[in-house]
Amino acid sequence: MIVAERKPIEQIEAMIEGFDRILIVGCGTCVAVCMAGGEKEVELLAAELRMKGKLEGRNRTIDEITVTRQCDKEYLDALEKYADDYDIILSTACGAGVQLLAERYDEKIVLPALNTLFSGVAEGAGQWTQRCMACEDCILDQTGGICPMTICAKNLLNGPCGGTDHGKCEVDGEKDCAWTLIYNRMKKLGRLDYLKKIQPPKDYSVMTKPGRYTHEAFKEAQQEE
Amino acid sequence: MTQNDTTEPFEPKVVAYCCTYCAYTAGDLAGSMRLEYAPNVRVVQILCTGKIDAVLLLRAFEDGADAVYVAGCAIGDCHFLEGNLRAIQTVAHTKKLLAEIGLEPQRLEFFQIPASAGPLFAQRANEMTERAQKLGPNPLRKTMKQNAGRKLDKAPDQHPPLPQAKHGQLYCR
Ligand code: SF4
Ligand code: SF4
Repeated sequence: MIVAERKPIEQIEAMIEGFDRILIVGCGTCVAVCMAGGEKEVELLAAELRMKGKLEGRNRTIDEITVTRQCDKEYLDALEKYADDYDIILSTACGAGVQLLAERYDEKIVLPALNTLFSGVAEGAGQWTQRCMACEDCILDQTGGICPMTICAKNLLNGPCGGTDHGKCEVDGEKDCAWTLIYNRMKKLGRLDYLKKIQPPKDYSVMTKPGRYTHEAFKEAQQEE
Repeated sequence: MTQNDTTEPFEPKVVAYCCTYCAYTAGDLAGSMRLEYAPNVRVVQILCTGKIDAVLLLRAFEDGADAVYVAGCAIGDCHFLEGNLRAIQTVAHTKKLLAEIGLEPQRLEFFQIPASAGPLFAQRANEMTERAQKLGPNPLRKTMKQNAGRKLDKAPDQHPPLPQAKHGQLYCR
């Protein structure tokens, strides 16, 4: 899941400065789960901005709507009949959602209300950690389901390095050493022999941006078009 | 409304979200005990303070409340085990939101009022009313009717019909 956090209110204020009619568009998927940009957070942000505006003597309209997902075009059609009524659209989706919204309504100013952080998992209530950096060649099979690309500070594929310190990382003593985690997990699984294999250097060329992917089943159809 | 209504003494409006199992019952008890307390308090009965949401609290202020408090059970006494703990967290977070937008966080509070504490209910009601009196009127009261903002209607998402399955439970609606 994509994890994001709301931008500081001052930054949002600075972006919307001078506009009187503002539509806040929420996203009901990832950012709703990480409590940054779902329907509830849109309600909160709208209320906050309205109140802040009034306290500072501004008279602006701030309305709200939350779509199921902002990264799928069909869900953005819901805004069609409203978009013209507003000066700007403030999106509380991740960066991908904001961009698709800006592309779909390209005559409108579309602004981001969140900072997108990473793709990760929920550790506990209100707490998330990054687990994958989308390296396009997953090696979790070799590492007991623990990603050295993300968790190891040095992206080592054949770890640990000499700096591993009683299970902690030399780069940041607060963080776990990915390779100690991997060793322990592999030991538990009885697969320590796997660690003797030397991993070839990672092919970073596949990580060239921007990534693009067409599902196998749709390739032919696309060629025919 | 007349021009000289500014000279009238300020009567704060205080909203109290009260848990039905404790604070609300304490309010009843205060009544049975014939205790007098500030008439400024508007009590909103809720099933559990765990129901409280930052949006509900902000809305009260947006609609002109001068002070708001949430009253729940003592720690460890929540009928739903941890509703009051969540409410404490929610109120603390909402105080930060208030500070962020420039409204005094002291206008919001969480109190523990057990069901047996009629006098405490009256005391808290007076305390919050006094506090609102000191802080003065909520500046949003003047503008509460303007530009209230709205949630736009959205048609339910259209999904393609599910395939008709020969076995099992799947069928088209
Ligand atoms: S727009 Fe971003 S946050 Fe919303 S569903 Fe898509 S990926 Fe998740
Ligand atoms: S190796 Fe790590 S970064 Fe690469 S795909 Fe797997 S989990 Fe993601």
